[in-house]
Amino acid sequence: MLRYLTIFGTFVRACLVRDLTFRANFILECLTSLGWMSMNLAFYLLVFTFTPEIGRDTGWTREPFFAFVATGMIINSIVQALFMPSAEELTELVRTGGLDAVLVKPLDAQFLLSMHRVDFSACANGLVGVCLLAWAVGRFETPPPAAAWAVYPLLLLCGVAILYALVIMLAAATIHLGRNQSLYDFWFYLTNFSRYPAEIYSGPWGSPLRALCTFVIPILLVVNVPARAITQPLTGAAWWAVGGTVCAAVAALVVSRVVFQRSLARYRSASS
Amino acid sequence: MSGPSDTSAAASDPLAGLRIWWTMLVISIEERLVYRGDFALGTLMRFLPIVTQVFLWTAVFSATARGDIAGYSRNDIVAYYLLTMLSRAFSSMPGLATGIARSIRDGSIKKFLVQPVDYLSFLLASRVAHKLVYYAVAAAPFALVFFLCRSFFPPLPDATTVAAFLGALLLSFLLGFFLEAALGMLGFWFLEISSLVFGYMLVQYLLSGHMFPIDMLAGIPSGIPGTSLADVVSWLPFQFTAYFPAAVWLGKVRGAELVRLLVVEAVWVVVMAVACRLAWRRGTRRYSAFGG
Repeated sequence: MLRYLTIFGTFVRACLVRDLTFRANFILECLTSLGWMSMNLAFYLLVFTFTPEIGRDTGWTREPFFAFVATGMIINSIVQALFMPSAEELTELVRTGGLDAVLVKPLDAQFLLSMHRVDFSACANGLVGVCLLAWAVGRFETPPPAAAWAVYPLLLLCGVAILYALVIMLAAATIHLGRNQSLYDFWFYLTNFSRYPAEIYSGPWGSPLRALCTFVIPILLVVNVPARAITQPLTGAAWWAVGGTVCAAVAALVVSRVVFQRSLARYRSASS
Repeated sequence: MSGPSDTSAAASDPLAGLRIWWTMLVISIEERLVYRGDFALGTLMRFLPIVTQVFLWTAVFSATARGDIAGYSRNDIVAYYLLTMLSRAFSSMPGLATGIARSIRDGSIKKFLVQPVDYLSFLLASRVAHKLVYYAVAAAPFALVFFLCRSFFPPLPDATTVAAFLGALLLSFLLGFFLEAALGMLGFWFLEISSLVFGYMLVQYLLSGHMFPIDMLAGIPSGIPGTSLADVVSWLPFQFTAYFPAAVWLGKVRGAELVRLLVVEAVWVVVMAVACRLAWRRGTRRYSAFGG
């Protein structure tokens, strides 16, 4: 374990050096990332000029909703920084046969393929997310209880774990497809479902979708459960959701590990 | 190495140009079909964002007493998003700008300087091929989604509006192509344009009406006296790549205003095509390539 932490530390240092070597590009990446986030926030502000809350009697008025958005930003920035750059590279490694060089290294292939690149510019969104969270929580009528703050970091970690599992499984699909240039787009669109409160998915089409995105692909747990923990009272049902999210995170990690290993076993080199 | 490609062979025989174009189209279609799995996945995912938007706006309308927002009922908004998907199916050019910049950076663009093939024509043929394959793959899912959502749409517009809608879509394809190609040509000066492309995507997504109908910005001041943000957006070409065709179908733009905007869209296409051509000429003059 220590060996892997040391190697990960080396990856982090190398990526930091790389980012700081191309400082102008790094700053531009931070700015564009912040621009994307600002655009989304502007859209939500626009929506709240037309309505007092998202969904009737859901409790997602402006400040709780922005706490929800901030939670999503923090979780997504961690995933974008730590895992997405490596997963995106995998698609080309499979197509070109470059994966061979990774597989012969005396390290766990999943670790190497999913964590060797760190994108520091993605952290900018996470920092803004923390500030937005502080702003939104500061405007709550009732501040979140200590218990909520205690479980919040754990739930953030669970959210990251679920998204990591999803990234890994999408990356594994690359091995079957030969090429998966749409990985990033598919990831973006799939995680779109997690970017809004689960309550909006109601009615004859919404309820089955909500069930699918909660129990089969648990992306609705990623942001909803931690955001609800700090914006709504931690009652009995909320504790069940917390427990369910922890279990879902563990299950997602195990399943993604199995899927990735089986996909690697089917890999046929494309190089000569 | 400099100068545009020699197209004298094509000029001496009028059919030769067409044959070259046809060959480029066929090659591109074959290339697209090699990675069918990736292509099908890409097509499928384009339907996902609309689902969240439908539920979001349904939730917004359920919590407000308003019957419409900026002139759009809930049904109008759903129809609007579906129609912008159709617009984007024509105007979006994934990978075009980054592909051009990559060719400049890795030197592979130099083959177009010595072959009697015009680079922009090649790219256009390639994009037409991409779109033809895309429409072939996506026609059935599009038809299914539009059929399932037919209750959100107003009654079918008259033939003139349908013709204007189709014209707006075709022009949006050309505008989208030349906008992205011009962006890619900046690679002659900057080499790495990934951040610029991301910035462009961001602006494009916001100002094209892909994110929400531009009419919603009508009440928001721009900072210029007497001018709303919607007015500022209407001065830019981006609205033609998503908002305009959808607005035409929904009857938000009619009569003389419709004709005026179609002309403005055509003018933007010409302006961007000329900008691309100029960028290619100037770029190839300053371009240097090394190695075999």
